[in-house]
Amino acid sequence: MLRSHFAAAWVIMRRDFCAVIFSKTFIFFLIGPLFPVFIGAMAAAVGSQVSRDIDNPVIGIAMPAHQGDSLVAARGSLAPKMSGFVPEYTVLARLEPGETFDARTVLASKGVKGAPQLAAVITGTLEKPVLTGSSERVDQWRGQVALIAAEAGAPGPRSYPEVKEDKIATTAAKQHVDLAVTAQAGQVLLFLLTMLLAGMVLSNLVEEKANKIIEVLAASIPMDALFLGKLFAMLAVSLVGIAVWGSVYGMLMLAGMKSIPLLATPAVGWPMFCVLGFLYFAMAYLLLGSLFLSIGGMATTVREVQTLSMPVTMMQLMVFFFASYALARPGTWIETASLVFPVSSPFAMLAQAAQSPVLWPHLVALVWQAVWVGVIIRVGAQLFRRTVMKSGPARGRRGWFRRAAAAPAR
Amino acid sequence: MKIEPFASFTGTPVLDNVPSADLAIEARGLVKRFDGFTAVDGVDISVPRGAIYGILGPNGAGKTTTLRMLLGIIDPDSGYRCVLGHERPTEVARRIGYLPEERGLYPAMKAVEAIAFLAALRGVPLKEGRRRGRELLEQHGLGYAADRQIRQLSKGMAQQVQLLGTLVHEPDLVVFDEPFSGLDALNQGKLERMIRSLAERGTTVIFSTHVIAHAERLCDQIAIIAGGKVPFAGPVDAARDRLRPQVRLETRAQEGPWRAAIPADARHEGRFWFFTLPESGVEPLLRALIEGDAGILSLSIERPGLHDAFVSIAGEAAARALEESAQEEAEKAIQKKGRR
Repeated sequence: MLRSHFAAAWVIMRRDFCAVIFSKTFIFFLIGPLFPVFIGAMAAAVGSQVSRDIDNPVIGIAMPAHQGDSLVAARGSLAPKMSGFVPEYTVLARLEPGETFDARTVLASKGVKGAPQLAAVITGTLEKPVLTGSSERVDQWRGQVALIAAEAGAPGPRSYPEVKEDKIATTAAKQHVDLAVTAQAGQVLLFLLTMLLAGMVLSNLVEEKANKIIEVLAASIPMDALFLGKLFAMLAVSLVGIAVWGSVYGMLMLAGMKSIPLLATPAVGWPMFCVLGFLYFAMAYLLLGSLFLSIGGMATTVREVQTLSMPVTMMQLMVFFFASYALARPGTWIETASLVFPVSSPFAMLAQAAQSPVLWPHLVALVWQAVWVGVIIRVGAQLFRRTVMKSGPARGRRGWFRRAAAAPAR
Repeated sequence: MKIEPFASFTGTPVLDNVPSADLAIEARGLVKRFDGFTAVDGVDISVPRGAIYGILGPNGAGKTTTLRMLLGIIDPDSGYRCVLGHERPTEVARRIGYLPEERGLYPAMKAVEAIAFLAALRGVPLKEGRRRGRELLEQHGLGYAADRQIRQLSKGMAQQVQLLGTLVHEPDLVVFDEPFSGLDALNQGKLERMIRSLAERGTTVIFSTHVIAHAERLCDQIAIIAGGKVPFAGPVDAARDRLRPQVRLETRAQEGPWRAAIPADARHEGRFWFFTLPESGVEPLLRALIEGDAGILSLSIERPGLHDAFVSIAGEAAARALEESAQEEAEKAIQKKGRR
């Protein structure tokens, strides 16, 4: 019985796999991930340019005689020694004795086109500097200005002691953070890979319904086998996609492309992390895919599938956010919930693989997730039979009552 | 004078006396409701192995729902079904061929691949399915189209490909839902011949139709279905025998003692008399006519057609609906021809 189920699933899988792989749309599936990368890179470039243009704050100085120039020179010598961002200083006016400067008016005016937009103005003297600016800016720069003014007002060049460096590879705190970063990177990659497939799985049964072949399939093979076959076909398609992307990345690396920033070695080691990553990708895909296949099975047209795709994407995001949120709360019930809840479990467990070297929980988790894949496929197929094929008992009647009623009336 | 033969009047409408082992399909009290509407209401059907069995009824009578329940595509709300000795039809799916009313294949598949795919669904290895597919296509004059995609074939050819895909795994039971729908006269004839040849090879064929002529020409047994109920199921002859034969009598004499032998409500047109054969049978009637000096010029006894039987069994309204269904079908065919 089980053998014939798998044989039927294999027939469906083979048909679907070949239909996708040998179709023109597969090319779009392959180049699909390049679009977000390309758009992301463009957005980052534009964003950084805009940020550079807009958020390059300059502090204007209006002080008596050469005090302003001293302040600019002091800023120049101290800035390399200070961590954090130190804004540019520019002299607006060298005030004569008794001359005043209205910093508020200057800051309120739009300034001259092409000239830097002032974020704050320093007036007064080096001994008593006055910083005029918005509340956030004043709070942010008050300390810096005092330090630079003190440097500028000091007689003669000041010397600073040389700090002898004693660098260690890592600290416990840094290691924890690095592993968390690796865990998060794994989760993000898993999320991106599963997200690419959601739309394809969602519309998977529309073809059969549109071509009216669904009835022949329903009469020939169990609905569970149909669902299983379709799901594994898409998994196989995605694995082909991953293999292609991986090969392209490998070739680019060989051709001299810079590698992505290196992540900390996961607690289970890279080889095991990759194996677990593959298994959790398969499980995450099968869990979400079976869910989406069941939801998409209810749709009869492409339009309905499009309507469904938005809530489905939101659902995926929620699962991802839940797993990410749990990552930052180790040892809490939230983390436990994310490990146990079937659809978030692969994400949470991959994060575990990055942070903990213990392997047996992964075996338990994989079995747990596989059980849920089976349950969702079973329920989805039943739901499909009942709602789409209009099978099953009339509303309000339980299965065992139905079975009793359907007993042979001999 | 000629006397035409007629069958016995004592047909058994339901095959209660046929052992279950000899039945390809046995269904008792099948009920199916959709959102409060009872589509099938206590259907009993017994299909002997190797028979050609027709389910005759107008559109919306419950034919497709009954077939779907027999195939296990949908489960009945109540009732019992046994197909090829199994109470779960899906367990014997590999021994069944099914051609649904709404036909369809994957458009990008080649004809031979489509047949091989349908064969694979029924457990035939892909390679063997391809081999059989090519063979069947050759046999039916479609060998040249074996490597063409379904989308490149005409609708009629695609339908033939699906039909071959239904039979490729050599099933014991073939279920056709409105198989003649959408076919031109030539292809209807081909399909009729195919159904007969299947039955000759021992395959059980069950099909639904709203065209009486198909059922009358092809079927050994029928189930008349109307409003979700089956008022008659059994041999076609038994359905006809539900009505008494009609007598057409031509006499030289207009009056005489022989008049007492024919029913009082007999219709009279010139020298002809039309009436229902009395229950006593033809011999006493004949004797009374001769002894009463009727001067018989001709006497024929006409057996009622399946249409008359349908009217008698299912009622006038169902018969009208049946005619409307057939007319709709004909109009669709004309429209289709017009579009071409």
